[in-house]
Amino acid sequence: MYDFNYHKPDSIDEAIQLFLGAEDGIYLAGGHTLLPSMKQRLAAPTDVIDLAGIDDLSGIEDVGADLEIGALTAHDEVATSSVVQSGIPALAELASLIGDAQVRNRGTIGGSVSNSDPAADYPAGVLGLGAEIVTNKRTIAADDFFTAMFETALEEGELITKIKFPKPEAAAYIKFPNPASRYATVGVFIARTGSGVRVAITGAAPSVFRSTDMEEALNSEFSVEALEGITLDAGEMNSDLHATAEYRAHLCTVMAKRAVLKLL
Amino acid sequence: MVEQSIGKSVLRKEDLRFITGNGRYTGDIDLRGQTYGYFVRSPYAHAVVGEVDTSEAQSMPGVVAVLTGKQVAEDELGGLPCGWMIHSKDGSEMKQPLHPVMAATKVNYAGEPVALVVADSFDEAKNAAEYVSVDYEELPAVVSTAAAQSGPDIYAEAPGNTCYQWELGEKAATDAAIEGAAHVTRYSLTNNRLIPNALEPRAAIADFNRGTEELTLYTTSQNPHLARLILTAFVQIAPEHKLRIIAPDVGGGFGSKIFVYSEETALAWASMKLGVAIKWTAERSESFLADAHGRDHVSEAELAMDEEGNFLALRVKTTANMGAYLSTFASAVPTYLYGTLLAGQYKTPYIYVEVDSVFTNTAPVDAYRGAGRPEATFLVERIVDLAAKELGVDPAELRRKNMIQPADFPYQTPVALEYDIGDYEASLNKALEMADYAGFANRKADSEANGKLRGIGLSCYIEACGLAPSALAGALGAGVGLWESGEVRVNPTGSVTVLTGTHSHGQGHETTFAQLVASRFGISVDDVEVVHGDTGKMDFGLGTYGSRSLSVGGSALSVAADKVVEKGRKIAAHLLEGDVDNIDFEDGEFRLKESNRSKTFQEIAFAAYVPHDYPIEELEPGLAEKAFYDPVNFTYPAGTHICEVEIDPETGVTEITKFTAVDDFGTIINPMIVEGQVHGGVAQGIGQAMFEQCVYDESGQLQTGSFMDYCMPRADDLPNFTVGMTTTVCTHNPVGAKGCGEAGAIGSPPAIINAITDAVGVRDISMPATPEKIWRAIQEQRA
Repeated sequence: MYDFNYHKPDSIDEAIQLFLGAEDGIYLAGGHTLLPSMKQRLAAPTDVIDLAGIDDLSGIEDVGADLEIGALTAHDEVATSSVVQSGIPALAELASLIGDAQVRNRGTIGGSVSNSDPAADYPAGVLGLGAEIVTNKRTIAADDFFTAMFETALEEGELITKIKFPKPEAAAYIKFPNPASRYATVGVFIARTGSGVRVAITGAAPSVFRSTDMEEALNSEFSVEALEGITLDAGEMNSDLHATAEYRAHLCTVMAKRAVLKLL
Repeated sequence: MVEQSIGKSVLRKEDLRFITGNGRYTGDIDLRGQTYGYFVRSPYAHAVVGEVDTSEAQSMPGVVAVLTGKQVAEDELGGLPCGWMIHSKDGSEMKQPLHPVMAATKVNYAGEPVALVVADSFDEAKNAAEYVSVDYEELPAVVSTAAAQSGPDIYAEAPGNTCYQWELGEKAATDAAIEGAAHVTRYSLTNNRLIPNALEPRAAIADFNRGTEELTLYTTSQNPHLARLILTAFVQIAPEHKLRIIAPDVGGGFGSKIFVYSEETALAWASMKLGVAIKWTAERSESFLADAHGRDHVSEAELAMDEEGNFLALRVKTTANMGAYLSTFASAVPTYLYGTLLAGQYKTPYIYVEVDSVFTNTAPVDAYRGAGRPEATFLVERIVDLAAKELGVDPAELRRKNMIQPADFPYQTPVALEYDIGDYEASLNKALEMADYAGFANRKADSEANGKLRGIGLSCYIEACGLAPSALAGALGAGVGLWESGEVRVNPTGSVTVLTGTHSHGQGHETTFAQLVASRFGISVDDVEVVHGDTGKMDFGLGTYGSRSLSVGGSALSVAADKVVEKGRKIAAHLLEGDVDNIDFEDGEFRLKESNRSKTFQEIAFAAYVPHDYPIEELEPGLAEKAFYDPVNFTYPAGTHICEVEIDPETGVTEITKFTAVDDFGTIINPMIVEGQVHGGVAQGIGQAMFEQCVYDESGQLQTGSFMDYCMPRADDLPNFTVGMTTTVCTHNPVGAKGCGEAGAIGSPPAIINAITDAVGVRDISMPATPEKIWRAIQEQRA
């Protein structure tokens, strides 16, 4: 790592002040993306602002129609929470599939979502459930949040404080992991909500996206057969050593069918 | 009476320190006043090195010095040698371009060291390294093994990037047999390049003492004495008696820690120059870039058979990648450790193999668990399987029909080696039974009913290890003999200190060798201490690799132990007032025949060191003996591996539902340790067959430079292994052991690929057989 200034503010306001005042500041949540980048000297922030000192940024609450999850809530807490397991079990399962035990003990939902890694799991859950991302200054709808690879609608310094997940009628997440990194080569999150089916896919493309083709088909008939013959366009999809775009496009349909099967 | 422990799964003595964090690895050692080294490495695969400006780096905080490859050249240090001379078919010597300790005028692989920064802390050294300014003039890179001979020459002295063109066997007879054969199976194959990734990255501490002019080098080496010989005789770092090399606890080697590398050599040189201790520990990225890689062959093979499926001849042409430089063992791996195994377990009468070894702008390639034998076994066991499929014959039966039979031993193969003993059908039969080969059809039907594919594949492997008879090795081009040393020092109170020239970096020698010696003397395993890894403590030895430690090193200890017993009998004869011929030694006691008089091992030991009542005229005091054991042949572990897989055709994801390994390792000292070796070897074989692949892009940049991209097998990728043994005792060493460290990695890859191709119904799928490759093969099959 290069040298940096370390701060541990105890309020959101202080955190933002520090961030805006820094030459090249960055927030530290769980650290499992940031710290490896810093160790490899790919990231060289001048100031690291550790959010762990801020109260009220973690925790899970059932507020009736929604579950509210604090930005600094660790994956393991979401995975093992009886509140999440009864409220949105697919979300608990998604969290349990992230990384490994060590990653889940440290990684946070706010960190994952604000990073918008194309292969991360949470973006599929956030987009699939139509969640709302609450920041220090506004609320952003999931549909507007993930803009490009590693890019979101967050403004400079803006901090996610919590994410509100509306409880679906039912939901499922099926992940096809990259055998090396165990990130999602393809991850499909399907939710049946009051306003129809949502299908969110991570891993396949530069950013998590909803498949309108699949949603349309499933809205007409919620069945595995309804997805038969749907092949997503491989043209925009990721291609690397581990999986070509064509294979990913194929996997999207396979994983979507398995998600549907799980919901039947 | 102490219970004898040969054949018992005694818990490993070394584990206490390893699992409680009390191991002492090179990284754990800190010397007072030490500085830290960090290497500046070439970002280019192939470039001319112009000016190297270290002035800015030298002025940075904490920097003690910045030393460059140009200074290495000015000091006229020798290059890093390759220890095995190979001659080409035309009699010419292999091409050995200078392998500089650090690059001076040219870099030939991405990651090659160009300079060394020495500073007061690791971070200060790493920071300063970024300010070493090197003028590179990039050159086109040669990357592909198959195309290396048609690329631009990396070295003027190696036209066509060819290091040597070697051959073995009878060309004319082989060609004739293939020409006239009823059936010829042809196979084009690649043996995929691997990166070893031992758990502990390489590390070294060089400590030059200006007062005594002695250099102590701590290094993660599998063979400290050999490293010392190379550094003194070839690189000429220091006189041999002034260089002490210590390999403390080492976290895995798998071959990658045999070699003498740039880093510890540069550190040694720098320490002497600067008069300070310097410590270097590799970051994992450096391990990926600069540890010797493994395998990387491209081959064409032809197997000729008669109408009944008897093998008539095997012809092989292989191109083997050496990487940018010849690493210490590299030239021998695709020649004498490869071509000589092409008979496999079979009676094939004519075999001819040609191997062209080539240079490319990639990291040096050298021995990696199996070293040449996995490459040979993969070729043989895949082509035999293809032949069975082409002939419509059961793969087990085609193998059985061609197997060398017990009555045929000693069996002289057409490729130099003479196998001493084996019973290949015994392991085959046992494996077929343990794997429930007969029940496969039912299991396949069940899988199909569930929409899955199922396949089963065999591998009947043999390997040659226990390196090696010195004269034979020398005749084949080895620069050293491959005997081993062992010393058994009985202490006055009857405990024993064993010193061995082998090295344990995961093999459990501290336990196995203790069992061997303790059993011989009838004492407790707890009373035997095994010491290894320090040139200042024990005689010269050749180290640990090639599954040689028990068969060669254990044999040396066995001979030394016999000498101890011999001397003990003489002392006992004196004390018991009898004739030495009437003294028996059994169960820890020296007994005078036809009497009730005896002395314990401990009493004899004490008498030897307090020789008051002692045959001092005829016998020196003390009870410590050593032996240098030169093996008379290689040893030949062999067996059958059977892999069964179930494949999800929608994704290509493959589960190994059962993996059966039945091996013949000769005498087994500790079954638990042997089974552990099989597990580990098979895990690495599964890694090669299904997960691991080292990839360089066309400009020679390593694409698989971290665990994010280089896919290591994990516990949840592996089945529980089904392990069995058959035994034919090695005929030619006192322990009767054949060695077991590499067999798992040798036998398994072809069994896995045979199973996967069987499941999919395709002729071939290249390694690693990833889900996407398997899925595509299924699509093509259905089309």
